[in-house]
Amino acid sequence: MGRLRRNLAPYFLILPGGLWLLLFFAIPMLTMLSLSLQQGDVVSGYTFTGHWQTYLDAIGNYRTQLIRSLIYGAISTIVLVVLAFPVAYWIAFYGGRRKATYLFLLLLPFFVSFVLRTISWRQILTDDGPLLGPLKHLGVLSPAFHILGTPFAVISGIVYNFLPFMALPVYVALERIDPRVVEAARDLYANPATAFRKVVLPLALPGVFAGVLMTFVPASSDYVDSAVLGSSSTTMIGQVIQAQYLTNSDYPTASALSFVLMAVLLIGVFAYARALGTEDVMKVAAR
Amino acid sequence: MTQTLAREAPASVRRRRLTGSRLLYGYTWVVIAWLILPVLIMIAFGFNDTKGRYNQSWDGFTLKWYTRVFALDDLTQALVISLVVAVVTMLVAGALGTGIGYALGRYRFRGSGLVNLILFATMSAPELVMGASLLTLFVSLGVGLGVVTITIAHIMFSISFVAVVVRARVLTLDRSIEEAAADLGANPWTTFWRITFPTILPAVMSGMLLAFALSIDDFVVTNFTAGTTITFPLWIWGATRVGLPPQVNVMGTLIFLVGVLIAVTSSVRSRPRRRG
Repeated sequence: MGRLRRNLAPYFLILPGGLWLLLFFAIPMLTMLSLSLQQGDVVSGYTFTGHWQTYLDAIGNYRTQLIRSLIYGAISTIVLVVLAFPVAYWIAFYGGRRKATYLFLLLLPFFVSFVLRTISWRQILTDDGPLLGPLKHLGVLSPAFHILGTPFAVISGIVYNFLPFMALPVYVALERIDPRVVEAARDLYANPATAFRKVVLPLALPGVFAGVLMTFVPASSDYVDSAVLGSSSTTMIGQVIQAQYLTNSDYPTASALSFVLMAVLLIGVFAYARALGTEDVMKVAAR
Repeated sequence: MTQTLAREAPASVRRRRLTGSRLLYGYTWVVIAWLILPVLIMIAFGFNDTKGRYNQSWDGFTLKWYTRVFALDDLTQALVISLVVAVVTMLVAGALGTGIGYALGRYRFRGSGLVNLILFATMSAPELVMGASLLTLFVSLGVGLGVVTITIAHIMFSISFVAVVVRARVLTLDRSIEEAAADLGANPWTTFWRITFPTILPAVMSGMLLAFALSIDDFVVTNFTAGTTITFPLWIWGATRVGLPPQVNVMGTLIFLVGVLIAVTSSVRSRPRRRG
């Protein structure tokens, strides 16, 4: 009896939380899939018709925004790796006793609402704001020059918002590297560049991988940055989905678009995992 | 590490490496400054003696917004709703997530892989899709949207984060202490409450703080599950087009300070224990 109870213990512990995730994470995905194949409207209700055409129409109509989102997401992720790696490297190898302080400073922006921070950027980058105003007065920039509304503004907003999500996993991977391994490489006559390329970089890759996983998906599906910092020419798929759900109440189209977005992102992540030849995605993620 | 390397290296290489690390040092600070700049702007404009509706240009220093912080009733109400949702989320997700995290860290059982997979899925699925799918569920069930649906959603996406933090702590537990308690005649129940629970409590607390922080800052999922209810981030979002009142900056500053204070005190409190 006692042994049976011990065998069942993990299931009892998992049951409440697991049920919650089943009811409010797994089942909603199924409702969304089913709704994407239904026809009708909010007033008269929906009926399941297996109408695949919705998918084709949705992709056809919003192809530009979908592709743009993936491009912005990919560019942001690459920029994030380039920007965050040196910071993580410096903190991990040269941070000394202040490592925790530097990490804390990286996380400091998280104590301010992310909507508020993005709006703060709009205030900084606005046409006659504290940054562009003086430069225009001095004649460095032409009066017509602007940053807001450009892809540059949207991508830098995304990069800004997700930088800590890239820096932290890379830092964790770099921090684990035993300095003696690098020293050994140097003793064996590797120059610093070779030691970095052959020793540090491969050991840091799992961290970069985790960082890409944590940033590419949210960056591609983001809609706050493009709504606050962008213009109609930078509309991302997230904005389309949001408008279809909340403004137009076209649930089948919105659901179909959500599914397409998720499928594309998942395929992208798995393809990336295969290409890198890293171990199982789940294994990396579970760490 | 650098010193041992530098000792063997010729002077020119050493100098080059020193410049390299200085450059990296400067670069790190530039990135940190860039991260903090919008926060400073937000804090500064809470002290701005703005005249019009737009709090955009600097009109002199004032403290008046701090005395009128709760002057906008709907903004205050939005903040209260956000706080209530965050506290409930913290408690419920804390309890449910701790259960999952403890089970995964302590027991080997059939289905643990599936649970891990679901945790990973909830943490990596786009927020947008999670919010949208919940909306479709609530719409098809005919459930009215409001505080309850927001809280349900927030608990859903917070559980995994609590579970992961707790699991990490349970995995590194020294089980010999529990065995010692059992050897000294403590029953499993006593052992759990006197030994195991106090040791995982810091992890449970940080998981709960994480849940609170995720909830109070959430915009995307909330936007889908709120209906006509307005939380603090939603209020800010709605007000951006007409211009943000300085009260938002003041509230943002106060939340920032409280958050930093909690983080600093908890890290200072946990430090001596780790050393001892």
